[in-house]
Amino acid sequence: MEDEQSFSDICGGRLALQRRYYSPSCREFCISCPRLSLRSLTAVTCTVWLAAYGLFTLCENSIILSAAIFITLLGLLGYLHFVKIDQETLLIIDSLGIQMTSSYASGKESTTFIEMGKVKDVIINEGIYMQKVIYYLCILLKDPVEPHGISQVVPVFQPVGCHLA
Amino acid sequence: MVLKAFFPTCCASADSGLLVGRWVPEQTSAVVLAVVHFPFIPIQVKELLARVQQASQVGVAVLGTWCHRRQDAEESLGHFLEGLGAIFSHEPWLQLCRERGSKFWSCKATRRQAPTCPGAPGEDQVMLVFYDQRKVLLSQLHPPVALPDHQAGDAVAGAGGLAAVFDTVARSEELFRSDRFDEGPVRLSHWQSEGVEASILAELAKRASGPICLLLGGLLSLVSAASACRVFQLWPLSFIWSKLSTCEQLRHRLEQLTFVFSTQKAENPTQLMRKANVLVSVFLDVALGLALLSWLHGKDRIGHLAEALVPVADHVAEELQHLLQWLMGAPAGLKMNRALDQVLGRFFLYHLHLWISYIHLMSPFIERILWHVGLSACLGLTVSLSILSDIIALLTFHIYCFYVYGARLYCLKICGLSSLWRLFRGKKWNVLRQRVDSCSYDLDQLFIGTLLFTILLFLLPTTALYYLVFTLLRLLVVAVQGLIHVLVDLINSLPLYSLGLRLCRPYRLAAGVKFRVLEHEADRPLRLLMQLWLPPHPLLGLPVPQAFLWGAHLPLEAERGQAGLTDPGHRPARHRHTATVSPPPCRGR
Repeated sequence: MEDEQSFSDICGGRLALQRRYYSPSCREFCISCPRLSLRSLTAVTCTVWLAAYGLFTLCENSIILSAAIFITLLGLLGYLHFVKIDQETLLIIDSLGIQMTSSYASGKESTTFIEMGKVKDVIINEGIYMQKVIYYLCILLKDPVEPHGISQVVPVFQPVGCHLA
Repeated sequence: MVLKAFFPTCCASADSGLLVGRWVPEQTSAVVLAVVHFPFIPIQVKELLARVQQASQVGVAVLGTWCHRRQDAEESLGHFLEGLGAIFSHEPWLQLCRERGSKFWSCKATRRQAPTCPGAPGEDQVMLVFYDQRKVLLSQLHPPVALPDHQAGDAVAGAGGLAAVFDTVARSEELFRSDRFDEGPVRLSHWQSEGVEASILAELAKRASGPICLLLGGLLSLVSAASACRVFQLWPLSFIWSKLSTCEQLRHRLEQLTFVFSTQKAENPTQLMRKANVLVSVFLDVALGLALLSWLHGKDRIGHLAEALVPVADHVAEELQHLLQWLMGAPAGLKMNRALDQVLGRFFLYHLHLWISYIHLMSPFIERILWHVGLSACLGLTVSLSILSDIIALLTFHIYCFYVYGARLYCLKICGLSSLWRLFRGKKWNVLRQRVDSCSYDLDQLFIGTLLFTILLFLLPTTALYYLVFTLLRLLVVAVQGLIHVLVDLINSLPLYSLGLRLCRPYRLAAGVKFRVLEHEADRPLRLLMQLWLPPHPLLGLPVPQAFLWGAHLPLEAERGQAGLTDPGHRPARHRHTATVSPPPCRGR
């Protein structure tokens, strides 16, 4: 069973939340972030190339132009592979654990699986970001040494760029 | 709670039979290890399970039935399988069934006894988790082997969650030994049922490793004993040994080889990985060294090198002479104190002249020395690079001497200046209290003190310039030596075996698992696929080499250092040898 709703994040972009219900013991929540907009890409490329052209008129060296093209391409590839998140998924399997997957725009997927035995609690935490207070979901992990202590606080979804308002 | 059934992917296409595995009551999970096919005699199956249980300390039992309907209308098989529940009783009894041509399975888990808590259903919900037996076994995710005096049950019960699953699969080697070509009474299906995986080379290596380790360990202990004998601890020799980086490198290699060829088995996969990394790096080192050796000894290159060495040393000395002449004149437009300038300049020039004559004295023997030194390349490229660094240090010894003279002179001057400046202001350094106190001086003390202060102050630019120039020269030499040391440390500590594993067999480096939900239909049990998860690479796939520092070693050395087993005098010695230090702060009157 699937269920889709749309929200907006703290920066104003549109987010889509999908809820999938596989069985009474397994559920999946999927947040899709807004795609890379053509407008911002064109703006950044134009800025870099105008700056490179300005330098070229000063130095009369054509290597600057090739370097600018190279930098733009590498920067775009790096951004797509390491920074731009397309979709984040939270899979909860009863008595096995919780799995968080982030898939990037270049197709890379990074997964984290936390066993149920290590999870102490799932809470909504408040954090101060610039001038506002934002709420984010996080998982508390048990401390192996101290039975009542907390060893780690793991935010569920990436804090940058993908918050539910 | 939901019952989790861990099912091996290799048995998904096996014929109908009995499910054999282990039941973990704490997690209500059933780990299926193999499928026993028809026909079988129940007594023989029970004997096999008892044997496996005794050998592996794992509670292996018949968990249920597996039904793979290849043709339609096999109802009789279903009834037959249900009857088996009476012969092998297990609580709960698992019944897995797969239809021909259908991806979805049906699972039932029945409990015969009345449930302890009221309201719990007689049938449990089942969740299927597929796992690849071969990869789980070879990735060594299971916790390390418990000590023999512990009860196996205690160790496994302590391991929570998925670690219990991995431990079960890893300990059941006995069950996986028989394949379908064996003529045994019981037919099993598991990951090795198509033939036990083994490699002749690996088996031979395992058999041969024992005697080889003994032999090489004995040889290495002889060498270490010889090097630790009292003759080498006497003052001149021990001082020289601590200064030469070749000795440091040889000692490091000796330690590494002793660690690799020790007869003690590796306790956990980390130690095994470390041993393998050290061995591979030693092999690479020796291979590169032999390549260098063959290159050097071909086409009389050593002769060319020896011939080029003396003119190069001459050229360096000439450049230094020009530099000193420039300093003795008016360097960079500054006006130096003529007398002091001439004295210092002539002193250094004479020193240089001595050095040149020494080099010319040595020149007939250089080719012979180089030839013998070139032979050391068969010990490894790192040893050759260390020798090169030592040769550079020896050839630029005069620069080091100049630096020391300039630094001492400058230090003395600064000490004198600071103490006379305090006198000029009417203060004194109190050694007892370690602070500056006021003091009333006599008139003649003040007069002489101020006079000396002015003299030293006006001689300061000359000394400072000499000090600056020679420090820069020394820094240059140290930078070159530092580059060589960085290369040596890189070869020493790059984990090539782990890099190779990451490329060829990534599942060996797995650090966890991840799950994927397979196609799902309502009213059917949930199916998940458990896959191995590799930790993300810290630097685009390359683990950051651990040595970009002077005298850095593998973590083993760091651990030993913490345990106080290494002589703390060795580490600073190497630093002293390569680092430039500004003159030690002088505190004095």
